[in-house]
Amino acid sequence: MSETVIELRNVTKTFGSVTSNDHVSMKIEKGEILALLGENGSGKTSLMNMLSGIYFPDEGEIILNGKPVVIRDPRDAYELGIGMVHQHFKLVDVFTASENMILGIDPKAKLDRRKIAAQIKEICDKYGFVIDPDKKVYDMSVSEKQTLEIVKVLYRGADILILDEPTAVLTPQETERLFDVVRNMKKNGKTVIIITHKLHEVLSISDRVAILRRGQYIGTVNTSEATESSLTEMMVGKKVELNIERPVADKKPLLLEVRNLNCINPEGLQVLKDINFDVYGGEILGIAGISGSGQKELLESIAGLQRNEKGSSIIYYQPHSRDESIDGDQLVGKSPREIRDLGIRLSFVPEDRLGMGLVGSMGMTENMMLKDYRSNGHIFTDVKKPRQLAEKIKDELEVVTPGISTPVKNLSGGNVQKVLVGREIAASPTVLMTAYVVRGLDINTSYTIYHLLNEQKKKGSAVIFVGEDLDVMVALCDRIIVLCDGRINGVLEYKPDGDNKDFNKGNIGLMMTKIDYRDTADGGKKDE
Amino acid sequence: MSDNSAVKDPFIRVVKRGDMKSGPKICIRIGSVVVSLIVCGILINVITGLNPVAVYVTMFKGAFGSTRRSFATIREMMMLACVAIGLAPAFKMKFWNIGAEGQILIGGIVSAGCMINLNMLPTFPLLIIMFATSAAAGALWALLPAVFKAKWNTNETLFTLMMNYVAIQLTSFFVSKWENPKGSNTVGIINSNTQAGWFPEIFGQKYTLNIILVVTLAILMWVYLKYTKHGYEIAVVGDSENTARYAGISVSKVIIRTMLLSGAVCGIAGFLAVSGASHTISTSTAGGRGFTAIIVAWLAKFNSFYMLLIALLLAFLGSGATEIASKCKLNDYASDMIIGIILFFILASEFFINYRLVFRKHAKEEA
Amino acid sequence: MATSLIQLLLGAVAFGTVIMFGCIGEIITEKAGNLNLGVPGIMYLGGIASLASVFIYEGSTDAPNKILCVIIALLSAFIASALGGLVYAFLTITLKANQNVTGLTLTIFGSGVANFFGGSLNTLAGRFEQIAVPVTSSAFKAVTPLSKAGTVGKVLFSYGFMVYLAVITAVITHYFLNHTRRGLNLRTIGENPAAADAAGINVTKNKYLAICIGAGISGFGGVYYVMDYIKGTWANDGSIETLGWLAVALVIFTTWKSINAIWGAYLFGILYWMYLYIPGLTRSSQEIFKMLPYVVTIIVLIVTSLRNSKDKQPPAALGLPYFREER
Repeated sequence: MSETVIELRNVTKTFGSVTSNDHVSMKIEKGEILALLGENGSGKTSLMNMLSGIYFPDEGEIILNGKPVVIRDPRDAYELGIGMVHQHFKLVDVFTASENMILGIDPKAKLDRRKIAAQIKEICDKYGFVIDPDKKVYDMSVSEKQTLEIVKVLYRGADILILDEPTAVLTPQETERLFDVVRNMKKNGKTVIIITHKLHEVLSISDRVAILRRGQYIGTVNTSEATESSLTEMMVGKKVELNIERPVADKKPLLLEVRNLNCINPEGLQVLKDINFDVYGGEILGIAGISGSGQKELLESIAGLQRNEKGSSIIYYQPHSRDESIDGDQLVGKSPREIRDLGIRLSFVPEDRLGMGLVGSMGMTENMMLKDYRSNGHIFTDVKKPRQLAEKIKDELEVVTPGISTPVKNLSGGNVQKVLVGREIAASPTVLMTAYVVRGLDINTSYTIYHLLNEQKKKGSAVIFVGEDLDVMVALCDRIIVLCDGRINGVLEYKPDGDNKDFNKGNIGLMMTKIDYRDTADGGKKDE
Repeated sequence: MSDNSAVKDPFIRVVKRGDMKSGPKICIRIGSVVVSLIVCGILINVITGLNPVAVYVTMFKGAFGSTRRSFATIREMMMLACVAIGLAPAFKMKFWNIGAEGQILIGGIVSAGCMINLNMLPTFPLLIIMFATSAAAGALWALLPAVFKAKWNTNETLFTLMMNYVAIQLTSFFVSKWENPKGSNTVGIINSNTQAGWFPEIFGQKYTLNIILVVTLAILMWVYLKYTKHGYEIAVVGDSENTARYAGISVSKVIIRTMLLSGAVCGIAGFLAVSGASHTISTSTAGGRGFTAIIVAWLAKFNSFYMLLIALLLAFLGSGATEIASKCKLNDYASDMIIGIILFFILASEFFINYRLVFRKHAKEEA
Repeated sequence: MATSLIQLLLGAVAFGTVIMFGCIGEIITEKAGNLNLGVPGIMYLGGIASLASVFIYEGSTDAPNKILCVIIALLSAFIASALGGLVYAFLTITLKANQNVTGLTLTIFGSGVANFFGGSLNTLAGRFEQIAVPVTSSAFKAVTPLSKAGTVGKVLFSYGFMVYLAVITAVITHYFLNHTRRGLNLRTIGENPAAADAAGINVTKNKYLAICIGAGISGFGGVYYVMDYIKGTWANDGSIETLGWLAVALVIFTTWKSINAIWGAYLFGILYWMYLYIPGLTRSSQEIFKMLPYVVTIIVLIVTSLRNSKDKQPPAALGLPYFREER
């Protein structure tokens, strides 16, 4: 059993000033299912990319079956029997399944589509997959694409399979099916490495767990001897008492009323289905769900960036309007500019920081004026205030940058996020929306950001927090809405002076995966 | 694979650079121009047998040897700079307007039309009308691809390219309509007696007005791109359309507005070519400047003053090469060849600004 | 009427052949993800290289061998064009320069080189007569006796061999891209270079090959123009540039399928020459009619963008640089 198939010795990889992997030395055993566990940004993917030939290590050695090897590109990796299924699929949309299958293999051979289809069927039967060889990738569901990727790797005769966050986009049923396949592969003598940050999956599928933290290798344990808390401790360092404050606000004015929100994406899929909820000032409203369950579209609908179906309604109430009878403003159908012109202070930290929230080629100063450069009365831009704001954010949030005119795309991920969050908070929003705001950040920066969000809450703003780390959400949020497949599958509420035994991530996890959670008092809230 | 272990690390790897200081940047760019001039000198030496130093002396004489020549070179530089100034906002927005050639021609046609049909007007109002109508015509010519790009994301590179040829045919159409004398298939010098619609001499020079116009445009465009809200919006759209939408910028409106401006300035370049230089119109009025100017704008990173500098360099090479060619009884296409080589070198030099090479030994030392 | 229709077809085929070569070469290049706007320059390079090499050869011997003439012309054109492609490939792939700007520069360079030598070859060679390569040109224009076989024979067989070579190249390219693994690999690079890379396809090598071979094929358009179309002379009238841009437009018209280039190129030829056969046109209104090929291309461009069909789109990664370690 304990025959080492891959050994990494002092493998180091840096990107500019960021060290992604710092002298990692670890062993992978033949025929095991190894979970590679770590927080976001801990270097799991870049480490595996070096095994699959996408990146080349700056330093260190890779030893395969006792012999040092050099993996310069993915072809080398395949020849060594290493195949990786990337989180972002490497498929060609306009090709069929069988065409994708044979990419790069044996270029001199004939392109015999029927023969390839037969070979695909053989593999599928062996492991229990279903694939239509003539289906074009653009017609496939996410799960079909993933299946195709795995079959593609097997077709190339890989003995060592690396799966990068394979369950992030899958439903629970699909996840179960995937795990069955993985167990099948193990039975057939394959070695499988699964990159993940989900503890329950680690415990259910793996034989051993290797843990990375901030680019460093922490250790490997047998899954049978591990518990969620022991793994968490290894993953984040000291046993974390998630010491996030949850201050209580005295006033909770109704700010947003979302009703019958529906959204169909350009591909014709319904991504939001009959969403109803309220948002109050002085609270942090969490939104949980498997990624791609409609979080992005929900936030973008509120921000005026999505086209919503007829009948959708998002009403905004000014916080100072004591008189409840005053009508609010309808946000659906308005552009971000029109919303701002109504005097509504809505801030939004989108998931795609450089592709949506910031202008990568501009410095901090110019990014500061992105949303209110129009506010003065003449045709020229005013840089004085933005420059002061940039200086202030640089000092207060300790942004590491050569200067406020350095293009923000040259900053590290954490600093980019500080610039974005700093700007959005500086607008003193009444509603602050954040999507995966700590993704890729180290623990310290993450805590700085949680603190900033709490500050906003104390000021009476509503914070909508789309997150992926359930522990953090449970510690930080006052209410949590759980999305599943574009619907609200349940709402949990933290009661400052009541019984909170239901307010835990186990329940959230269940609701994320389609199991109806009707037993609690809040469960019915969506039907209001 | 057992033999795999014998393979060494890759010898050279390319690594992206962070921010480069402006000092070394300028050195790299100047260096690339110098190297390319040396290469061209050697090339000319091989072809003509002139010694490379003599080549550049001859070229300098050709470009700046007399006041008349200097002004011809400067006129050419202004023309090229004008088109580049027009293209800058479009390219900054990442709208590949390679239709400047057509926009120039349309501006030129309208100018020539005014000269022919409104020649009874006094100079000043006539020039104003020509200026305004040629700008409007260029803007309209650019509007069509812009609208389709904004609404349906139609590929603008090829659309604007095809518009060039439509414009060329339109020019041929008007040339045969305005033909003078009959049967010559050219328009001839328009208003050669009255000089109506010609740029007047200022300070005793024919091309002073060209200089004033283009330098004014250059300054205005610099201010527009750098200090106005419109310029800011152009930069945001050029970086990421999603970010622009997030900021509440109407992307299609910015595309259309910017292309109207871009086309208008290119139309003005056509006015300059007809009214301020050749006083005629033909299918070669634009003469490839619409394409060369793209490279000028791109290499100058859309900065007006760099555009003037690069335009000067190219105009100098153009006049210089023409001089060499006539001296050696060769044709003056040599200038295109030289310009091509120099542009290749400048393009290549950008790599060393954005990336650095890591050699194997070097990497070990770093460790 | 019938004779003028035949005349129109003959003209269209000759015209179409020039742009068909340019178009096929550019399809191969674009399938590898590179938009090469240097096609006109490359066709110039091909044209002048063939002319210059056989000019030297014909001048060096009293009895030039026709077959040798053809081989020299084609070979030197292919090499010169591929070298132009190599410069473009080096700048855009290795040095990651902008593809459009590099392509335009190549067009300026190619037209400069070609027109310079085209206009100066005589002077350089110390001769003063009009440049001409009669032997080679006659070899390029040679037709089989089948061309005498009535109307059908005339329409089908009265062309030089390069007309058929173009059609064959289009068919082979189609087969290569769609029915071989190498072709599939190449298309992968144009669609999704990261996927190609992860599948072990050498992105850089294949891009270089595709661009250089594509450029070589495009260069044949210049050879045909010089040797057959204008009968082995040179004209500094910018026609090759116009034809080169039409070839680029034809790529869109064919929706990146080389098999469509065959009828597409002839259709462009018909549109181009149509004005000669429409009665009652004055010289100026003829010019308006000459817009047809360009207007049709614009319409095709608009229609494809409106229809948004997934199979008729340009390669998804067209024009984008690829750097594996980009983060």
